[in-house]
Parts: sequence; structure tokens; C-alpha cells
Amino acid sequence: MTTTTPPADPSRAYQEFVKGIWKENPAFVQVLGMCPTLAVTNSAINALAMGSATMVVLMCSSLLISLIGRFVPNQVRISTYVVVIATLVTVVDFTLQALAPAVHKELGAFLALIVVNCLILGRAEAFAAKNPPGLAVLDALGMGIGFTFALSCLGMLREVLGNGSLFGFDLFGPSFEPWVVMVLPPGGFLVLGVILLLFSVFGTRKAS
Amino acid sequence: MSDLVWIFISALVVNNFTLSYFLGLCPFFGVSGKLVTAFRLGIATTFVLLITSIATWTLNTFVLERFPYLRLLAFIVVIASAVQFVEMVIKKTSPALFAALGIFLPLITTNCAVLGLALFQTSRGYGFWQGIAFALGGGGGLTLALVLMASLREEARLSDVPAVVRGTAFNLLLAGILAMAFMGFAGLLST
Repeated sequence: MTTTTPPADPSRAYQEFVKGIWKENPAFVQVLGMCPTLAVTNSAINALAMGSATMVVLMCSSLLISLIGRFVPNQVRISTYVVVIATLVTVVDFTLQALAPAVHKELGAFLALIVVNCLILGRAEAFAAKNPPGLAVLDALGMGIGFTFALSCLGMLREVLGNGSLFGFDLFGPSFEPWVVMVLPPGGFLVLGVILLLFSVFGTRKAS
Repeated sequence: MSDLVWIFISALVVNNFTLSYFLGLCPFFGVSGKLVTAFRLGIATTFVLLITSIATWTLNTFVLERFPYLRLLAFIVVIASAVQFVEMVIKKTSPALFAALGIFLPLITTNCAVLGLALFQTSRGYGFWQGIAFALGGGGGLTLALVLMASLREEARLSDVPAVVRGTAFNLLLAGILAMAFMGFAGLLST
């Protein structure tokens, strides 16, 4: 794709938007951005906050990188992207600290670690730099929603299993024996592993 | 002195970077196919961690006190330079290792463990030697996790695993079991 691409037709734009949500879901299919996927999904609220923060950074970075992409010399492009992303993450970090201090404290260092989320750099390099701003933002929005969706699924599953609650509300009452390991680190690996296993089972069944 | 030892042990096994903080998962799954390569990547990362820790301390003490909002940017630039340096050293001293590590060598820049170390070190207010102990423990723990995972995967390759499970799902489940084993160390610190 060159920079002379005419304004995208609606069907292409729709396609770029939808692919990130399910078919190329960043967390479940491409398995990108694992650190936040596993580290902050011990409760549904944390997962949702992390997903939204990543989505905001991803959309802004895709827009900016798509705008400046053609002016950046090839040798320094990765460093440029990283500096752009780091600036945006700083903005989001301080914004969240002002608006929702409790969530900010929960997420802690992992919010700043959005800088090194491979998903964001990956979209910048693979899509935003080569496509017009409109498509880049749509792509980022789709990927962001897909990522938030995946994180929320994991977060809800782990919170229900490990704590017997959802978004902080008790679900089962006192007779429920929580499966504590699910909110602890090993649970992250196990739940994502089982989900990927299901994907692979259904994938092979569909193929045969 | 004893607090240095505790920081080291804590980062090494109790709060293992990879298995309990989920830092540096990309190489953990990407390069753990072969034991030798995994071990060497662990050592290279540890070296980067050490440089980063010293640089972080220097920046925090002399520069960033007045510009806290530049912290992330400063850290990421320092880390990128450190990785570039290590890359040049490895390319000169061991071209074979350079080829084996491939894309994962420059990717140390985006290894969360490195930035994570800088951020944790800042938020916990570690001094110079504490930072060194933290970097060595963290790097050692990362190497330990990589080596264990690579050994497990080398073993698993010879065993009879159903085709549908092979791949990322299998590695994640392995990592989950490994992480559970590491939880056994949790009691070490509370005493």
C-alpha cells in the first residue's frame, strides 16, 4: 500500500475495524501483549481499566504514527515510535492518576508498562505507518476493543473462579469455596492456556 | 547487608520476574525452545538489567528529581541504548550467539522486565547497591525461569502430547504449573 491510496471504501474500512475484534484478536489469536494480559486480569475492573487505557494509547499512537510515518527516516522509525508511545503513556498515566486514583494504584507499574506492550509497537509498524490516518484509527479501535474484550473475559473468569465475585459484587454467598489459585499468578497462565486450548480444539474441528 | 541478600532472594525466586510478575513473557515463550539459547538470552538480559539499574539510579538521583514527568521517556531511551551496546558486544564476541538470538536480541528493548525493573526500583526507592542486588536477582530469576521452561519443553518434545494441545496453549499450561511450583517459595519472606 502506498501513500497515494485513495480514500478507503466503506467495506474495506469495516473489514479493518472488525478483524481485530475476533478473527485477529490480539490476545487470543496473535498472543501479543502477554504481560498486561496476565498480570492485571486478577479482577474484572482492573482488566477493563487496563484494556481501555491500552486502547486509548493505541488509537492516539496509530493516528500520530500514521500522520508522521512518511516523514520519518527508516533507520530511526522504531525509536520514533517508542518515543511517541512513551509520551502518550505518560499522558494517560497522569490522567488516570487524577481521575481514578484507586484504579491507578491497583495497576501500578503495569500502566507505565503499556510502553513496552508489543501490541502497540506491532500495530504501529505493521499497519499505522503504511496506511492513511482514518484506516489506522479504525484498525487501532478494532484491535483495542478486541484486546479489552479478551482482558475482560480473562478478568471476569478469574474473579468468578478465584474470588466468587464479579466487578466486586459477591455472586455465590458464603457457601462458595473460592479457587484462590485463579487470582494468583499461576491462574493467569492456566486460564489463558485453557482458553487457547479451546480455540485450538474448535479450530481443528472446523477445519476437518 | 542482609537487606541486600533479601532483595536478591526475593527477586530471584519469591517474586520471580517472569512467573509471578509476568515480566518478560515474550522471550519466555519465544526463545525457550532450546536450552542453550535460552540460557544465553537470560545472561544477555541480566547484563542489560544491570546496566539499566545503574543508569536508572543515576538518572533518578541527579536528573529526574526535577522532571518526574520525563521518567518514562528517559528510561526507555536509556534501555534502548543499553540494548544497542549489548548487541554490538555480542556481535563482536560471538557471531553464532548473535545469529541464534536473532530478533529477540533487539527485542530486549521491549522486554517488560527491563522497564519493569527501572519502574519498580524507582517506586521502591532503592539505593545504588540495592538496585544492583535487585537487577542481579531479577536477571537470575529470569534466567532460571527461561532455563526451566526450555528444559521442560525439550523433554515434552519427546513425549506423547496430542497434536491439538501443542503450541502456545501447552506452553502456557506448563508455565502455569511452573508458577505454582514457585508459589512454594512464598513463605520464605514472611518469616
